[in-house]
Amino acid sequence: MSSVDDSQRTQSGAALPGRRRASARRAGQKPGGRPEGQPHVWRTVLILTALLVIVSAVALWAGSQTITLSQLRTDALSRTLFFRLRLPRVVMAALIGASLALVGAALQALFRNPLADPSTLGVSGGGAVGAATAIAFGWAARVSGVPMVFVAAFCGAIAAVVVVHKIARTGPVMLPGALLLAGVVVNLIASAAVLTIQYMTDSERALQILRWLIGSLDVVGFDTIWRMLIFLVPCWIALLFFSRDLHLLAMGEETAGALGVNVARCEWAIHLISSLLVGVTVAVGGAIAFVGLIVPHAVRLLFGQDLRIVLPGSLLLGAAFLIAADASARVVLSPIELPVGAVTGLLGGPVFLWLLYRRQRYSAL
Amino acid sequence: MTPIAAARAVEFEYLPGAPVIRGVSLEVPTGKLCALIGANGCGKSTLVRLFAGLLAPRHGEIVFQSAPLGSLPRREAARQIAYVPQNTAMAFPFTALEVVLTGRSPYTPRFRFEDENDRACAMEALATVEAEHLAARPVTELSGGERQMVAVARALAQEPQLLLMDEPSAGLDLKHRASLARTLAALRDTRGLTSLVVTHDLHLIDPLFDSVFALRRGELVAQGTPAELLIDTVLAEVYEDQHVRTRRVDGRTMIWSN
Repeated sequence: MSSVDDSQRTQSGAALPGRRRASARRAGQKPGGRPEGQPHVWRTVLILTALLVIVSAVALWAGSQTITLSQLRTDALSRTLFFRLRLPRVVMAALIGASLALVGAALQALFRNPLADPSTLGVSGGGAVGAATAIAFGWAARVSGVPMVFVAAFCGAIAAVVVVHKIARTGPVMLPGALLLAGVVVNLIASAAVLTIQYMTDSERALQILRWLIGSLDVVGFDTIWRMLIFLVPCWIALLFFSRDLHLLAMGEETAGALGVNVARCEWAIHLISSLLVGVTVAVGGAIAFVGLIVPHAVRLLFGQDLRIVLPGSLLLGAAFLIAADASARVVLSPIELPVGAVTGLLGGPVFLWLLYRRQRYSAL
Repeated sequence: MTPIAAARAVEFEYLPGAPVIRGVSLEVPTGKLCALIGANGCGKSTLVRLFAGLLAPRHGEIVFQSAPLGSLPRREAARQIAYVPQNTAMAFPFTALEVVLTGRSPYTPRFRFEDENDRACAMEALATVEAEHLAARPVTELSGGERQMVAVARALAQEPQLLLMDEPSAGLDLKHRASLARTLAALRDTRGLTSLVVTHDLHLIDPLFDSVFALRRGELVAQGTPAELLIDTVLAEVYEDQHVRTRRVDGRTMIWSN
């Protein structure tokens, strides 16, 4: 009986047998019949970073009042407008867009469901109930400088996560199918609860709730942004750390397990990190729809399916996309400002459909 | 010879009070091609998942190369044991090559992409199962049988010592079914690869397989060579079907149920 000796096993870095070299050359062939090339993560990051810089520059310049560089140097009012309102708003859009898109990409892989998005976990629904309650009761207080509406929305979001998690955990394992279903149902219940609150409260507060639900990036100064960063950046890093695990999980839970992924730990960690990210973004920006659903698909269509590229790509494109959507919201009907949540749908939907049309073979949906 | 893997008095249940595996003890001989057979729901897939380390026994232990499987780090286990699941459907249009390349992940550091060596290994694995032409195709566009071949190639790219397969011939046509059996036999002969294959396709077993294990209601009821097990009386007991008939034709065992 023959056995496998170490020289036959090709750990990375081992010498290539001639046949392997030939296979490698075949693997690098160009179309047609070209297998996907080596993933270009740095190329993707570079392209999307350049896009983010360009979009940010345009968004900083655009508005009901355009601000030029010379005005920034000479005009105190323009400086205040720029540094207290426009720059924080662009940064806020970047943070929220990046977080929602990153979570969307992670959840689509985790659930192996192309239609999963940040609302899937029930987090945005829970956040909406919290915010609607705070607005309806007129809680104007601030907790450590943070508006009560933010605190209530965050608490609602976390409460929804706990409920969904408890329901989905049957026995020793968490079932992604049950998690998905529980999240969707919690969101539906939350929608009904928000409607009831809106119905019961006076019309002015009902309108405030509606505005919150549509989503807004209004922010003055950087106080809120610094607080958000404390949560968001570690969560981004943690989710990116799981990129490879998510890539394997997207192939199937059993496959990932057989390839050395600790599936239960990954699912738990990704659920927790995603919930925190969405909880913070929902609390601050409201329930901004569509970003978490379409941005990861756009990255897949443009740069391929590898989650190790899709995750950082979604982070950058999500930021650029929400900045662009918010700038459009400010400019299109200036001085009237459209709700950013409506613009994300109106802008993102058609772009996504165009991408889909361009790549007919894309069959994830 | 020391068995490559063994189950020692293994018991498992998904729900309390409903045992699926009942005190199974068996040894998978090193460098042999083994089949695991039994009626639907008898615990075959569960037993293979236990060998793959995807499930942990409630009682007893799974041993790999004389050490408890649970003591082996996951990545190290993934370099030694490959598993092809029953369901190979995918939600996203990864190319076949991308899927096969994941078989190299146990050898690749977390933050590094696969290198030329890994890609060559993946292409060779695809060539081994005669699926090289599928490399650039999205798996969502492949037939069930083609996906199965890609999944097998992914497992081979892991360069395992023990290959576990859960009904790999399901969905394969006559040619590819025979080809798969020949490939497994060739890998056994050339690389000393041990395989444990769950199958309902009893015609696949004879004459290429070396050993057969038969489960009934979570218990091991028979083991031996294909010639010893693929006979009317044994199969009637394993499948609890008195209508099972076998006949030797041209050195192969034909099996059917009236």
